[in-house]
Amino acid sequence: MRVGLEAFLMLGAALFACGLYGAVSKRSAVQVLMSLELMALAVNLNLMAFARFRTPEIMTGWYFTLFAMVVSAAEVGMGLALVLAIYRRARTSEVSSLTELKG
Amino acid sequence: MTDTVSGVAFAILAIATLGSALGVLSARNVIHAAFWLLGVSLAGVGLYFLLEADYVAMVQLLVYAGAVAVLVIFTVMITMRRREDALRPRDFSWPALGLAFLFFGTVAFAIVAWQPAAVQMPSATLTIVDVGKQIFSVDGYALPFEIASLVLTAALVAAIWWAREGDE
Repeated sequence: MRVGLEAFLMLGAALFACGLYGAVSKRSAVQVLMSLELMALAVNLNLMAFARFRTPEIMTGWYFTLFAMVVSAAEVGMGLALVLAIYRRARTSEVSSLTELKG
Repeated sequence: MTDTVSGVAFAILAIATLGSALGVLSARNVIHAAFWLLGVSLAGVGLYFLLEADYVAMVQLLVYAGAVAVLVIFTVMITMRRREDALRPRDFSWPALGLAFLFFGTVAFAIVAWQPAAVQMPSATLTIVDVGKQIFSVDGYALPFEIASLVLTAALVAAIWWAREGDE
């Protein structure tokens, strides 16, 4: 049995749905960031699959994926540093208890 | 190589990816969720190898399975010092589940309805030499590469600034 582009797109969609569920439902800031990582992996997988099956001779998706990984690494590094800073101020990393800026 | 990849290898990696992703979502202990995330990243490495993107697979291994996993585990260890802090109630929410299913249903419907034309996948793909030439050439991706390193430097400085001890 061989599979093609659709299978990768389906897997990416399922993975993104998992990340979406976690990002919306989780209350711990660290778990929200983990869910964002799931969504980033799904997007990168879609880019790579399109690059491999549609334009294998130029592979623009490779470069897009590499730069997306750079941005994603910066995002997770700053996100976790922010979690640490918030934890030091409020002694908690619950998203629902961060109401200081609430109008 | 035909226009497809091996279904058996893909099925194993897909099950590993989705199973680990469900593990991330359903683990009650945050540390367990972090290790499930490591599993997702490693399965992603396998999927990239399946797509014959060895360089991206190695970057994924270094960045996600290495750096990001260590960073997440360190943050969990710092912010949840006692064992019972890391144990969390199951954050189950029907609206979020509905949203996720709505998203998946829409995208799955679009993919099924689209039916991409089967292209013949050439056996010769880009090698690491081509990638290097393309990234570092001026008419290629040299400028985005420099911007990416600037972004990483700025993020590094900001992360240290936020996470350091002492100013309030």
